[in-house]
Amino acid sequence: MEHKAGPLNKKFWTPGVLVMLVFMIAGGISILARFTGGIGYITNLTNARPWGLWVGVDVATGVALAAGGFTTAALAHIFGKHYYEPVTRPALLTAALGYTFVVLGLLVDIGRSWAIWKPIFNWNTNSVLFEVAMCVMVYLHVLYIEFIPVVAEQFKDRVNLPGPLSVFNGLIDMILKIADAILDKIMWVFIILGVVLSCMHQSSLGSLMLIAPTKLHPLWYTPILPLLFLLSAFAVGYPMVVFETTIASSSFNLDSEMNILAPLTRITVFLLGIYMFFKLGDMFVRGTYTYLLDGNYQTNSFIVEMLFGVMIPWVMLLFEKVRNSRRGVFTAASLIVGGVVLNRINVFIVGYKPPLSDNGYFPAPGEFFVTLGLIATLMFVYRLVVTWLPVLQESKEVPS
Amino acid sequence: MQLSRRSFFKIMGAAGASVTALPPSANAWKSKAPPDPYGCLVDLTRCVGCRKCEEACAEVNGLPTPERPNCQCIVFDKKRRPDDKAYTVVNRYFTGKLDQFDKPLPTYAKVQCMHCQDPACVSACIVGALTKDETGAVRYDATKCIGCRYCMVACPFEIPAYEYHDPITPRVIKCSFCYDRISKKGGLPGCATICPTEALTFGKRETIVKVAQKRLEENPGKYIDHVYGEKEVGGTSWLYISSVPFEKVNLPVLSDKPSPKLSETIQHSLFSYLWSPLALFGVLGALMYKSNKNQGEPENKGGY
Ligand code: SF4
Ligand code: SF4
Ligand code: SF4
Repeated sequence: MEHKAGPLNKKFWTPGVLVMLVFMIAGGISILARFTGGIGYITNLTNARPWGLWVGVDVATGVALAAGGFTTAALAHIFGKHYYEPVTRPALLTAALGYTFVVLGLLVDIGRSWAIWKPIFNWNTNSVLFEVAMCVMVYLHVLYIEFIPVVAEQFKDRVNLPGPLSVFNGLIDMILKIADAILDKIMWVFIILGVVLSCMHQSSLGSLMLIAPTKLHPLWYTPILPLLFLLSAFAVGYPMVVFETTIASSSFNLDSEMNILAPLTRITVFLLGIYMFFKLGDMFVRGTYTYLLDGNYQTNSFIVEMLFGVMIPWVMLLFEKVRNSRRGVFTAASLIVGGVVLNRINVFIVGYKPPLSDNGYFPAPGEFFVTLGLIATLMFVYRLVVTWLPVLQESKEVPS
Repeated sequence: MQLSRRSFFKIMGAAGASVTALPPSANAWKSKAPPDPYGCLVDLTRCVGCRKCEEACAEVNGLPTPERPNCQCIVFDKKRRPDDKAYTVVNRYFTGKLDQFDKPLPTYAKVQCMHCQDPACVSACIVGALTKDETGAVRYDATKCIGCRYCMVACPFEIPAYEYHDPITPRVIKCSFCYDRISKKGGLPGCATICPTEALTFGKRETIVKVAQKRLEENPGKYIDHVYGEKEVGGTSWLYISSVPFEKVNLPVLSDKPSPKLSETIQHSLFSYLWSPLALFGVLGALMYKSNKNQGEPENKGGY
């Protein structure tokens, strides 16, 4: 690679950042309300609908969209396609932040947040959720470890703590250097571990609903739901990288990385194709296409998911012209990302309808505030990190 | 990144060895139901909707007094569900049955946790806070619970309720089968002792199933020929017999397959002894080693 990753060194406070702040404050107030009045105080969750927006979006969608981390790591480091290395760092950062916020979202959602550590000591290996939780916990730490070299690269030899803390400069510098040196030797273990853990919990997130056959609409309830979740995580990884890299490079005014993104989309045609094949095949094998014309909100949501989230972007990417245009690639990638988001929302919210006691569910404003607040905070931290750490490719223009 | 030959083979060897040493047990899924649990029969033809069971349940379990305890009128206008204040409720249904004067006949149905033989909630609970006891009772241990509410997602009868308005220590709320009472010799559940019409019959599940079948045989034409709960989701401790179709009184049509069977089979065939993750680790490791060797010196500066 010609240019290497570097801190952005750009102005941090922009109008966009101020908008983020507003959402963060609204989210913060809602979270305060949740911890004073209880979950019921700010949500529309009921005994029939124990999982709503927070599980469907903050957790399930968050995990799916963080798939860029392990898919790029697999490509660049395991399959040895070093050409793609420039995108591994931003993808790694998104994954690390994504999973951090999955856990933060869980802390708000579970009733006894202070007891979140209990699964470490009370194992129920029959529980799909137990496996998901363990994988997410370990993977989060793997991601942090994978990120240490980025921090080390920036601060090695220039640890400069303010005021009285400066006595620790030497010590911290040493720790950083040692950690970096050790990690350099064993990083491959963490990279493979990250991919293995991802495959495990990405698929198991789909297994979560297998225990509730009467509640999930047959268009989504299938024994191969875990496989579909895994395949869609594979498929959404690179589009997510395209999506965020394009947004980052246009909002930070960086060089476009089309030379890397275009070939990534060629792999996406293949991965999305497999997902589509299984998803449609499953529909035909189980004969669930008979529901398609029901015309209710559930089946319509399925049609939108399949058409706009899978089939249209797949066909788009078949055309070389689309793959080579920045606009085209970005549009297709956004559709795929949207399709997977809608899929997770469909499985956990729209398609979920307990037959005995359902009373309908639409998220309360408080739920939206918390979710939007978490997303805004994530973007805020992302911006903070890329401003000061070497994550994105340095631009050629002189930093302002 | 450096991938030293030695450390690579050491770790890969360990991964490989554990895969071959512990082959995935090809065991088929087995029921974990207790051998001789208690059961309770609800005979919907006998229930008159007096709601005494609601009151007794509240009393023995220290719950708030039910809404309008002596009312058999407007409480029935809405369909109620067990919630965070009540383990059991009785609902009234008009199913189209008429009496001799062509007036619609009500059917009353008590609803509470079914204490499934292979409960979805127990399988789902992330920390094992829910357990199936030898008595048949599905018990809840609030000290383990983290409040993930996956048990509520899993339950096919939509039973567990949640204390949504407790900010710090909310609990899952459901019928306990009066474990503290039935685990003692001769103990009976609060609701079953009070029922004036003997619509509720408590005993060993095996005996109760026979009692139910006998009633069906001895009263031809009176009952639907089905003991609800004998086979549903692999069997439940609470059983129902009725003269009106069960789905009309909100007892759902369910398959005989135990609810946790599919997910547990998938989980265990993939993850027992972590064989598949280890195998995947091995395959990916080999790929990584190969691709890094082929590329000559492993380029590390651009990535991690
Ligand atoms: S009825 Fe629901 S809560 Fe009760 S044992 Fe069965 S699955 Fe668990
Ligand atoms: S809410 Fe509590 S009892 Fe229910 S599954 Fe979660 S930890 Fe278990
Ligand atoms: S068995 Fe006990 S807890 Fe359950 S409904 Fe009857 S009285 Fe209430």
